[in-house]
Amino acid sequence: MRDFEYEAPMSLDDAVALLSGNPAAAKPLAGGTDLIDHIRTRRLEPDLVVDVKKIPDLNVLELGDDGLRLGAAVPCYRIYGDPQIAAAYSAVADSCRIIGGTQIQSRASVGGNLCNSGPAADSTPSLIALAARVVIAGPGGRREVAAEDFCTGPGQNVLESGELVVEIVFPARPAVGGSHYRRFIPRNEMDIAVVGVGAAVELDESGQSFVSARIALAAVAPTPLYVEAAGAALAGQPVSDEAIAAAAAAAREAATPIDDMRGTVEFRKHISGVLTERVIREAVARARGEETGYRIGQ
Amino acid sequence: MATVEDRQFRVEPFPGGTPGNQRLVEEGRLPDYDVVGTRPIRHDGTDKVTGRARYGADIKLSGLLQGYVLRSPHAHARIVSIDTSRAAEVPGVHAVCTNADMPSADHRAGDLGEGMVDWYHLNQNVLANDKVLYTGHAVAAVAADSVHIAEEAARLIEVEYEVLPPVLDVREARGADAPVLNDDVRTDRQPAGETGDTPTNVAKHFHYEKGDVDAGFAAAELVIEREFTTETVHQGYIEPHTATAFWSPDGKITVWTSTQGSFMIRMQVAELLDVAISKVKVVPMEIGGGFGGKIAVYLQPVAAVLSRLSGRPVKLNMDRSNVFDATGPTPGSYMKVKIGVDAEGKITAGEAELLFEAGAFPGSPINPGCMCVFACYDVPNGRIDGYDICVNKPRSNAYRAPGSTHVALATETIVDEICEAQGICPVEFRLKNAVKEGDERVDGVTYPPVGMWETIKAVELSDHWQSPLEGPNRGRGIASGFWFNFGGNSVVAATVNEDGTVSLIEGSTDIGGTRASVAMQLAEILGIAAEDVTPTVVDTDSIGHTDVTGGSRTCHATGLAAIKAAEDIQAQLRQRAAMLWDVESEQVEYGDGATLTGPEGKTISFQEISGKLTQTGGPVVGRGSVNADKHGGAFGTHIADVEVDPDTGKVQVLRYTVVQDVGTAIHPSYVEGQMQGGAAQGIGWALNEEYHYGDDGRLHNASFLDYRIPTCYDLPDIETIIVEVPNPGHPFGVRGVGEVPIVPPPAAMANAIFRATGVRMRSLPMSPPKMLHELLASDG
Ligand SMILES: Cc1cc2nc3c(=O)[nH]c(=O)nc-3n(C[C@H](O)[C@H](O)[C@H](O)COP(=O)(O)OP(=O)(O)OC[C@H]3O[C@@H](n4cnc5c(N)ncnc54)[C@H](O)[C@@H]3O)c2cc1C
Repeated sequence: MRDFEYEAPMSLDDAVALLSGNPAAAKPLAGGTDLIDHIRTRRLEPDLVVDVKKIPDLNVLELGDDGLRLGAAVPCYRIYGDPQIAAAYSAVADSCRIIGGTQIQSRASVGGNLCNSGPAADSTPSLIALAARVVIAGPGGRREVAAEDFCTGPGQNVLESGELVVEIVFPARPAVGGSHYRRFIPRNEMDIAVVGVGAAVELDESGQSFVSARIALAAVAPTPLYVEAAGAALAGQPVSDEAIAAAAAAAREAATPIDDMRGTVEFRKHISGVLTERVIREAVARARGEETGYRIGQ
Repeated sequence: MATVEDRQFRVEPFPGGTPGNQRLVEEGRLPDYDVVGTRPIRHDGTDKVTGRARYGADIKLSGLLQGYVLRSPHAHARIVSIDTSRAAEVPGVHAVCTNADMPSADHRAGDLGEGMVDWYHLNQNVLANDKVLYTGHAVAAVAADSVHIAEEAARLIEVEYEVLPPVLDVREARGADAPVLNDDVRTDRQPAGETGDTPTNVAKHFHYEKGDVDAGFAAAELVIEREFTTETVHQGYIEPHTATAFWSPDGKITVWTSTQGSFMIRMQVAELLDVAISKVKVVPMEIGGGFGGKIAVYLQPVAAVLSRLSGRPVKLNMDRSNVFDATGPTPGSYMKVKIGVDAEGKITAGEAELLFEAGAFPGSPINPGCMCVFACYDVPNGRIDGYDICVNKPRSNAYRAPGSTHVALATETIVDEICEAQGICPVEFRLKNAVKEGDERVDGVTYPPVGMWETIKAVELSDHWQSPLEGPNRGRGIASGFWFNFGGNSVVAATVNEDGTVSLIEGSTDIGGTRASVAMQLAEILGIAAEDVTPTVVDTDSIGHTDVTGGSRTCHATGLAAIKAAEDIQAQLRQRAAMLWDVESEQVEYGDGATLTGPEGKTISFQEISGKLTQTGGPVVGRGSVNADKHGGAFGTHIADVEVDPDTGKVQVLRYTVVQDVGTAIHPSYVEGQMQGGAAQGIGWALNEEYHYGDDGRLHNASFLDYRIPTCYDLPDIETIIVEVPNPGHPFGVRGVGEVPIVPPPAAMANAIFRATGVRMRSLPMSPPKMLHELLASDG
């Protein structure tokens, strides 16, 4: 493996200074579960690796009345390990439970998953479905973008040189709301999404109609895909097979996958619809507080 | 004599196993042994579970250099030039080598025990000479103070390639316009013994014929002919290849490596480096799986050359992508098979055309494929043509029952279709057509006593077969399979210690628990406990030539050597007792309970006499050396229950049972482990495993992320039924176990999937995209 320098700043300002001092050759390191592998395979060739795990701002994990603050370096296990967060933002917890195994989850962060910007990233559809916003710091100060606007292409995103993600902020969850993420993989665990679907739904008080819904897909386009039309197909409709089928059709329609070794266009488009239906049903059941059938690896 | 059909059988739990571990028992015939058939803790168990066991990469030597191999980025190219000068100048680099640093090799055949090799081709596979033939083909190597320096230096080696078009498919590769990989390859036609006269990718053509095939098909009421394809798959052992070598100034080469056959490594290193075998010592380290893939050399000669050039020991390790790219997977194939049956469901004729990928150089298991395609059934008239065809993929190597899994997919699927068409139960069909002692295979071999029929009987009597499978999208399939097994050379030496224990040394590297099963056979003969035998696997300077741990031969042949060594000990101890008692050794018997008895009621125990050896002529060493040739072939039949998600095409295995004739189970736990492990690999091959190539011939999935072997979440607890039809060629009846269980799974899964969905899958793997495609097509 290629030689590189390593720094572990204790403050956000120091991190920004290090990154902007070496804009082309520096890379932030959170859990390192993508970065180190990419250096090993020479997909990335940084001369400086800036460990961001020691910066307090990136380790915030706070559930409040106005929502959730998730520091960019918080490892997966802390998210699903907090029962309140796992209940309120269950789609993100679903994602964190399936990213790698126990070892990976004790290091890998949602921030790293987002910044790696792979089309198949398992947590990004959940961020989009839950209407999260990404807080970015850089030499020019702070800014925020919507999760669905963050990725711009495979491995590419809106970060400018010297910038890093500080945290991801989520709005408060509605009174009758549920969310879910699942992926299709050929095996039952330890795999990469062939298609992933995240959905968050808000139901009326009776739990019989959709007030609103947000749906996002993974691995069917160059970036994680927000399918506004799928949510629109549900908003204001009674919870019914027809409405869910319409949302699934919208998801299938929006998917623009490629043929590759993980799946064909035909397969990925079909599965986009099938999973969207299954995920909406699960999110509805969760919103209603019903017993649900989802188990990891099914 | 009662016919086999009259005999009474039952299936019952195998003592000492879990509830899923069962056996077929014939009324009135239970084996009677003290040690054989029990489940002692393996001798190497503690070291393995505490992490103390030393595997290939654990070797550390003073002055050790680390190496890195530069590999081809192209699937097919001519090497115009290689310039290593910049790499050699990097500080910390001690040696750089290419094929030019190895002696040139000639076209001569070598026998590696599980396949033949041409030394000229092996030389070029180890380090490419004038052409690279697959991505990952080794081109040059560097030895340096650290692996990172070696890697950085290797990147400075300038290789100029003239890129050529690759050919990846066997049907294209045999076409007249296909690019030819090796201009020295001519078609070798067997058994005719003729050789073609033009360069070709078709390295071999085997032809077998029996009876009157046309008449056989004419007599059939139903004839089914189908085409099948399978993809290249890898053994997927957990431990990557590794080799460390030191070429001493006195000309002696020592190689530390993990291998299935240390003597085969010795032979290959000696041949490729043109030194005498006595100049090479191979020290076998513990091995993390091989399945046929750790017999041929890859790194060992290169490490030795780097050591010669640097004067220091050199270690080379592969990473996982190297293992996928550049070791010996088992071939992809195209097969066309035809079977005819009469109105009663008796097979009248069979015909097969089999095309196997050799990979870069000749050597696919096409001949065993030909011999196995109809091996389970009494086929009175048959014709088989098999072709070994070079393509731009790594040179294929043995993988558990090489060739047999491919052909079982074809034959067993067609058998299932016949059963479906004729309304016959698949168990009944197999009972009716199963080969028995005296039946002749299409390739001319006549069977000794075999247990095919008994495995079907066990299926019929099993709880699994008798439990109905209920629920939508579910189906049950069965399939059978055959493997020859093997005998070969093995040596064991056993020293009696003063405390009444025995130290056993052997040359068979232990992959699946053979230290235990070999020690147990010696213990059974001597009447002592398995725990009182200490087995050790030693290097090639310390024991006689022992063939590979492969071909399911070790428990059989090294077991035979252990039995001979035990008998030798018995004979020597009878002489010692005779000396003590002042009688003739013919008057002394070695009886039950490890006791020697003489005239006038004299007795002495093994334990006691062991303490008196130094006073009666010195230590006793028993030796056993065999070239075994009476390995009985073995059969298995598997039952698979699956559920297919109709919306995604994903297949879930609900229940799975492996039934296998093992001859005699020496250590039932390791027999069951082999049966389960083989089935797990076969299920992986069936469902998701495959090499994915781009059109440019590059392998896209050289990692365990996208090369999908099953995880523990993907398999049920695999049930086993051990069938014991003793092999008359072994005192305890051992046949060999390791290979048969990989043969039936793809066919059993395909047959189960058909019953769950109505869709016949004739192309492996039956992965969700392919499965869903067929499901959507069948919906209209
Ligand atoms: C065995 C294994 C299994 C895996 N399984 C899955 C899986 O099932 N699903 C899945 O989606 N992924 C999986 N991954 C990939 C990886 O674990 C995830 O993408 C993970 O979330 C990355 O987080 P990290 O903290 O390790 O990121 P890192 O590797 O530290 O960083 C990833 C990228 O983001 C950049 N980065 C990190 N933090 C910041 C920041 N604050 N600001 C700006 N840029 C930043 C880094 O420079 C790097 O380019 C797996 C990886 C492995 C090794």
